[in-house]
This record gives sequence, structure tokens and C-alpha cells, in this order.
Amino acid sequence: MTGTLSTPTSQELTPDQLLDAYRVMRTIRDFEERVHEEFAGGDIPGFVHLYAGEEASAAGVCAHLDQRDAIASTHRGHGHCIAKGVDVTGMMAEIYGRSTGSCRGKGGSMHIADLSKGMLGANGIVGGGPPLICGRALASKHKGDGGVAVAFFGDGASNQGTTLESLNLATVWNLPAVFVAENNGYAESTSSSWSVASDDIADRAAAFGMPGVIVDGFDFFAVHEAAGEAIARAREGGGPTLIEVKFTRYYGHFEGDQQLYRGKEVADARERLDCLKRFRARVTEGGQLSAEQLDRIDSEVATAIDAAVAAAKAAPKPGPDDLLTDVYVSY
Amino acid sequence: MARTITYREAINEALAQEMERDERVIVMGEDNAGGEGSPGEQDAWGGVLGVTKGLYGRFPGRVLDTPISESAFIGAAIGAATGGLRPVAELMFIDFMGVCFDQIFNQAAKFRYMFGGKAVTPVVIRTMWGAGLRAAAQHSQSLLPVFTHVPGLKVAAPSNAYDAKGLMIASIRDDDPVIFAEHKMLYDTSADVPEESYAIPFGEANVVREGPNGRADVTIVAIGRMVHMALEAAEELAGSGVQAEVIDPRTTSPLDVDTILESVENTGRLVVVDESNPRCSLATDVAATVAQDAFGSLRAPIQLVTGPHTPVPFSDSLEDLFIPDAAKIAGAVKTAVDWKA
Repeated sequence: MTGTLSTPTSQELTPDQLLDAYRVMRTIRDFEERVHEEFAGGDIPGFVHLYAGEEASAAGVCAHLDQRDAIASTHRGHGHCIAKGVDVTGMMAEIYGRSTGSCRGKGGSMHIADLSKGMLGANGIVGGGPPLICGRALASKHKGDGGVAVAFFGDGASNQGTTLESLNLATVWNLPAVFVAENNGYAESTSSSWSVASDDIADRAAAFGMPGVIVDGFDFFAVHEAAGEAIARAREGGGPTLIEVKFTRYYGHFEGDQQLYRGKEVADARERLDCLKRFRARVTEGGQLSAEQLDRIDSEVATAIDAAVAAAKAAPKPGPDDLLTDVYVSY
Repeated sequence: MARTITYREAINEALAQEMERDERVIVMGEDNAGGEGSPGEQDAWGGVLGVTKGLYGRFPGRVLDTPISESAFIGAAIGAATGGLRPVAELMFIDFMGVCFDQIFNQAAKFRYMFGGKAVTPVVIRTMWGAGLRAAAQHSQSLLPVFTHVPGLKVAAPSNAYDAKGLMIASIRDDDPVIFAEHKMLYDTSADVPEESYAIPFGEANVVREGPNGRADVTIVAIGRMVHMALEAAEELAGSGVQAEVIDPRTTSPLDVDTILESVENTGRLVVVDESNPRCSLATDVAATVAQDAFGSLRAPIQLVTGPHTPVPFSDSLEDLFIPDAAKIAGAVKTAVDWKA
């Protein structure tokens, strides 16, 4: 059911666009690797779910989005936040539970949001986001602002009624929405090859009258191309699309997960499939960017993440007065 | 200028006036237009009990029928509220909260707090509540306590047409998520309602009956349809020389605790009437608050008149037993008044 391409193919990305994409993916990777280390050190409270390995999805989709557009995320939401432009200093402080955090320390890893950036929040409820995205898409359609809303959700959420109802509603209302199913192979510890009754999540699109596409989630360019087409169609009033992005997460369901259920796919993916490695090889071999340009980004990102961690550790925690504030606008 | 209209018409008028005033107000729900996609009339129903009738034609594109997918469309109303609209979504019966509650209590209610005060979610969820229509266990509940329990939600439950209009207008203008509970047995009741627009503030109880010269023997707190039962009981009791002050909180969240405490401090006795199931209900909530904050004023144990700890039964012989009535309320008042320590 996929139509013809209506956006430039990935080969036509400008050097600046390629640098931006690489910076987003590198920032996500460094952010997550650093959270992994810091969590192991015992400094981070609660639980965190890391997005490392999945960077191409958030970066490839969000590269097409602007201020009009909104996304909803999952419990594995750090990557989506970064790709939608949420400040990493505020994010890191939030994960540390500090008053300088994106949500003033009252949300934490699973609820980082920045509505001013169109980031509707990581979400602690599996399948929580798709209905909200129908609403954001409806608001854009009603206002005629050209905005598109994107729901990221996992293979686990693909089995939730909220998601299936939302796919149906999006077509019935012809909403400017895109549904991105990030199939990393496991809902917590349960394999998607067992829990998803259809061969592929994308197969379900046909039942809801929308195009469904499967994309190699380790390939930024593949995601970028599929997302570009879906987002352009949504923006032009052509309705929703379901994109299934397939890859593997590099860490457990949450930090501390012993991952006894897993095979050896992570080592293989890191070695052969990694989105950052493949991106670097493709753009340097194609002569679009130099290794030095990418190295410079690596260095800048490392410095920024160091600074974010240092700032988070130095920041104050919320005070007693903060317990009772911001329950209501007025009460 | 006021004229007599029904509770149903009052809500419809509030919706129409707010839609007229504010482009951002949209209405959605199952059969809210009624007939979408069918060969006959496009405004066939106006909601299952006709509350939104006529809005579809007056406000093109702003009254949306939905599939029977409460999770998706209640969630969509919430998402649209974060995107600059002011949606009024109809969750047909309050009993159906079970199929979409996550979107209400984990999403809408928590955004503002969880996101550090940076979210505004001005959504109204209209829903029908209460027993009496022989609608049986899954269409008759009084689940206000469940919503009242959740921080971040506001809950309104008007007892008459005047309050219904004013509270609906206030709900739509409110920047927080509101559960607007319409008692199904009140839709055809009438009251004097001004034609012009007006808002009734949340958290302001209505003292619907005072004792003569401001002196009463007992305070009765009741909400929704129970206000009418309480008034009926109060008239009967007056005949035997017992004067009751009847308070309708109108909203359970926020709850006007001050008006209740002030009344109990004057009367020394409290009867709370609530057609919800008895445990963790408005009745127990008001009783606990008064026991804690006005203990010294009490001259008798607080009396609770509620439904039993059962589902709502179907057969009229049983449903009539389930629902608190004027006789039960009068009996509770007599127990309090006759109490000897």
C-alpha cells in the first residue's frame, strides 16, 4: 500500500542534516551509556529503561518534525526526548530527581516531557501514548496548523487495546498521525516472536485501512525514508501510517535486568549492525562527511554529557513545598 | 431572563453557549451526533439520552461521533486538550470508566504534577451516573468516589438544572481535567435557569435548605439525586418539629469542607446521604472530616445513609431497596436527634 516517495531520499540529505542526525544519535548513545554507568554506581534512584541500540528510530523519525508536531513516547523514552529537542541537562537532572530537571524532579525517567517542544512525555503505561497522539493529531487537524503527531510504542504496546483502538480511530477520523512500532524483540522478558500473533506488527495496518511498512531499525537512512513518506502523507491529509522498526535493544528491559532470557544478539548487533557505525561508514565512504567532522561531534557530545551529569549531581533536590504544588492549575 | 428548562436542556445550552463563545470547544462521544456514516439523519440521536442534540448542525465539524473505543477517544480528548483544544468528551455511562480509566487517572490527572507544572489539560468528561432507571449492575453505579480519590481530577455532580448549566460552563472554562457527572434520573427535572451564560465556581456548596431563623437540629449532606431525597425527608421531619439544614456540595473535588463544618458546628448532628456503595465513599469522607475537625461540636454519632455493599440490582423491588430514600434519611435523622449518650 505504500505510495511514491514525496520527500528527498536519504541520499539527498544535506551535510548539515547528516551532521544533525549524527549528533542526535551520538547524544542518545552517550546519554544512555552514561546513565547505565551512573545507575550501576547507585546514584540514580528508581528504575530506568535504556534506548541504546535504537537511536536510528528516534533520529530518523524526528528529523522530519518541527515545532508544530508532537510525539508521545514510552517508558524507554530518553531517545525520543533527545531527538525531539529536549535539553539533556534538564533530562539528566530529572533522572537524578533534582529540582532543575525537565519536570522539576517530579516525573523521573519514565515521565520526562517538554510540551514546549511537542514532547508529550515518556509514559509509564505500556500503550498509554497512542490515544493521546490521536488527540494531538485531531487538534492539529481542527486548527489547520499542518501539524503531525507521532506515537512511538513498543512491541509490547502493539498488543494493547489502546494501540489497536487508536489505529482504528486514526483512520476513521483521517488523522495526521504516524504510529511507530519499535519492535526490539522483547516486551520486558517476553519475546515478540511469541507475543505478537501476526508475523509482523506492520501486518496489522491492513486491518485498520492504513499503509504498513517494515524498516531495518539499525539503518538511519531506511527509517528516515519511511518516516519521511509517512509524515508527508499525514501532513497533506492522506491519513495515518504504521511503521514497524525492527532492532535489538543493547541493555535489559530495565537497568539491573540480568537478561537470562536473551541469546547473543546484542554482541552481534553492536559489532555488525550498530546504527552509528553504519551511519559513519556510509557517509564517510560516500564522501558526504569527513571522519574529523564526526569525531568533533563525538567530542562535543561527550563534553555535554559530562557537564549534564556534573550539573545534575550538583543541583538541589525539590524541597518540602514542592510536594503539594502543581497538582491543579487552580483548586 | 430565567425560564423553566430541564436538566438535559440546561447542559445542552451550556455546551452551545461555550461552543459559540470559544472556537476551541469541541464535543465528542459515542452517538453524540448519531447517524454518522448512515443513510438517514446525521443528527439522529444527540447522545444516547439526547443531551447533545442539535449541536451537530449548529457547529459543523465540532461534534464528533466516535467508534465504541473509549480508551482511544477519551485519550484523544485528553491529547487534544494538551494541544490547545477544550474538548468535552462523553463517557456514556460512568460504569464504562473501566475500559478507559488509564487515560483518565494515569494520563490526564497526572500530567501537570508529573511534568513539573508545565502541562495544562482542559478536558471535560461528561458521564451519566446513578441508580433508578432499572439499568442494572453495569449501567447504574455511583462511582464518584473513585474519581474523587484521584489528585489532579475535579468532580462535579449537579443536582438541578440551574447548577448543571453553571457547573458545565465552569467545567469547560476550567484548565484542569473535570469529570462532569450527570445523574440519569434528573435529566427530565426542571428548574428556573437564566438564558444568559453564568459559571458556578467549583468548591462552593449550596445550602439548599436552612432551618427557620438559621437554626436547625441536624445537617444533612447529600449530592446529586440524593439532594431531592434529603429535601423530601426534611419536609417530613419539619412536620414533627425537627429542622434540617440540607447541604449540596455540588462538587466532590474540590469539596467545600468549610460550609459543612460550619453547619455541623451549629446543629451538632450530621447525616450524610450518598447512593454510592458505602466503603471509601463521599459519606465516609465527609464523616471522617467532620469527626476529625468538628468532634467537639457533635452531640450524636454521625449517621451514614448509603447503598449497601452490593452491585446495583435489576428488579425494581430490589433496586428500590438499594437506593436511599426519604424514609431512610428521616430514620437516620431521628436516630441522631434521639441519641442519648
